[in-house]
Amino acid sequence: MISSNKQPIYLDNAATTRCDPRVVEAMLPYFSERFGNAGSRNHQFGWEAEDGIEIAREQAAKLIGAQSKEVIFTSGSTESNNLAIKGAAEIYARAAAGQMGRGHIVTAAHEHKAVLDPVRRLMREGFEATFIQPPADGVITAEMVAAALRPDTILVSIMWVNNELGTINEVPQIGRLCHEREVIFHTDATQWVGKMPTNVETDQIDLLSWSGHKIYGPKGVGALYVRRRKPRVRLEALQDGGGQERGMRSGTQNVSGIVGFGKACELCAESMDAEGARLLAMRTRLESELVKRIEVTVVNGHATKRVPNIANISFGFVEGESLMMGVREIACSSGSACTSASLEPSYVLKSLGIGDDLAHSSLRLSLGRWTTEADVDAAIEMIENAVNHLRRLSPLYDLHKEGIDLSKIVWQSH
Amino acid sequence: MAYSPKVIDHYEHPRNVGSFGTSKDVAARRDIGIGIVGAPECGDVMQLQIRVSDAGIIEDAKFKCFGCGSAIASSSLATEWIKGKSVDEALTIRNTQIVEELSLPPVKIHCSVLAEDSIRSAIEDWKKKAGAAVVASNYATT
Repeated sequence: MISSNKQPIYLDNAATTRCDPRVVEAMLPYFSERFGNAGSRNHQFGWEAEDGIEIAREQAAKLIGAQSKEVIFTSGSTESNNLAIKGAAEIYARAAAGQMGRGHIVTAAHEHKAVLDPVRRLMREGFEATFIQPPADGVITAEMVAAALRPDTILVSIMWVNNELGTINEVPQIGRLCHEREVIFHTDATQWVGKMPTNVETDQIDLLSWSGHKIYGPKGVGALYVRRRKPRVRLEALQDGGGQERGMRSGTQNVSGIVGFGKACELCAESMDAEGARLLAMRTRLESELVKRIEVTVVNGHATKRVPNIANISFGFVEGESLMMGVREIACSSGSACTSASLEPSYVLKSLGIGDDLAHSSLRLSLGRWTTEADVDAAIEMIENAVNHLRRLSPLYDLHKEGIDLSKIVWQSH
Repeated sequence: MAYSPKVIDHYEHPRNVGSFGTSKDVAARRDIGIGIVGAPECGDVMQLQIRVSDAGIIEDAKFKCFGCGSAIASSSLATEWIKGKSVDEALTIRNTQIVEELSLPPVKIHCSVLAEDSIRSAIEDWKKKAGAAVVASNYATT
């Protein structure tokens, strides 16, 4: 249990994924013989680089049902979110910079920081925002968005899939609502695209962010879909310079990264159905076995409206970080943030109204293309053993056994 | 974050885990002091129980801990250190000694503080109960 030379079982695919070898292979020539700058319009090296990028743009567009001209390459979802939110807010603002009342933005309290923080910055710059409080199952519905809309709302940004919970928000319905109300709709689709079928036309999306490294592509490259018609969405660039990416993202393109991103998109489109079914079977087994074997175990988020690869599970009476220590042979994430100065558990779990004790006791286990059934079976055993070990140590488990309601105790907190 | 070998050892082989009975059983016993510090919402709860002789020697100590590995190790270490000591000696244990022994990083200092607090809290509880018992017995003899 102490240590082994074996690599841990990787169940953190929502954090990042291992690059597909076919992606790496596609990228390699762009480090050597095809090293050109896609902006060099007058020689073969430049043309080759540009061709590589345009093939990747086609591959990326195809994965989401867009036209290739609507895809802007970025450094990843954080940049895509920033460009979408700040770029749209500047264009659609109802008052000039420096004034108040520049417009209203709707988002949700359990969004990723890469959405929340750009929105908060805009709030310091004259915009207003509503953060929808998610219900206990974590799913944001079109009704909730409708209730938050105001006459001065200029932008709605709702993620497609929550990164900690795997819950799926009602994106097509929210898209339809936004189009009816003529409000720009952005979705951070980092945990959705590549895993689930996407069509920006039928899903009525104006701006969509996704990232290469979550879909078995390289880190440091992502994309933003920007709708070109009905409506034509305009963005103020965040980065000025050579005018690359239709002027929305200046800077010499990361050619090898973009080529890898395109290949990753193509591979996801090919294997999506079979992979989704395989992952769902494994995740179902993981969740049902843990719930069956360990009492007071709760699967967080909606029971069915979740992507097939993410499980977020709370184990009562044990603390998440110590649980991670007990399962060191599994690489996963914990909702507990005991190492941070705040001692606050995950804001995502807290926003769902999950008690602090259960929020501190959660693991996020996320499966991927390289996860095997043997990995899942081994993980179930390790987690069961670790929870049992920690419950033998847990004063809270004793109180539970004695039938004492933990929520009624007045704690001597620090 | 890497854990020190001593933290891992205490985590995997915690010393003196347990209690002297259910919370109801031990509440009335005047030879036992109980310290419970921390709160579930902070991610740490330490429970320390000590059995103290009439002469004020900690004859036995048991702990339970809900918390990270460093919190578990701090409380496990605390039981080792206080066993056999007089209550006054036990009160001289400082959290900094625990930090040093377990090589705790700065973000885990609060774990050692909780362990020190649990020792104080258990001894205070014992003193209160033992003191109350002395008062009661004096009252009975007069």
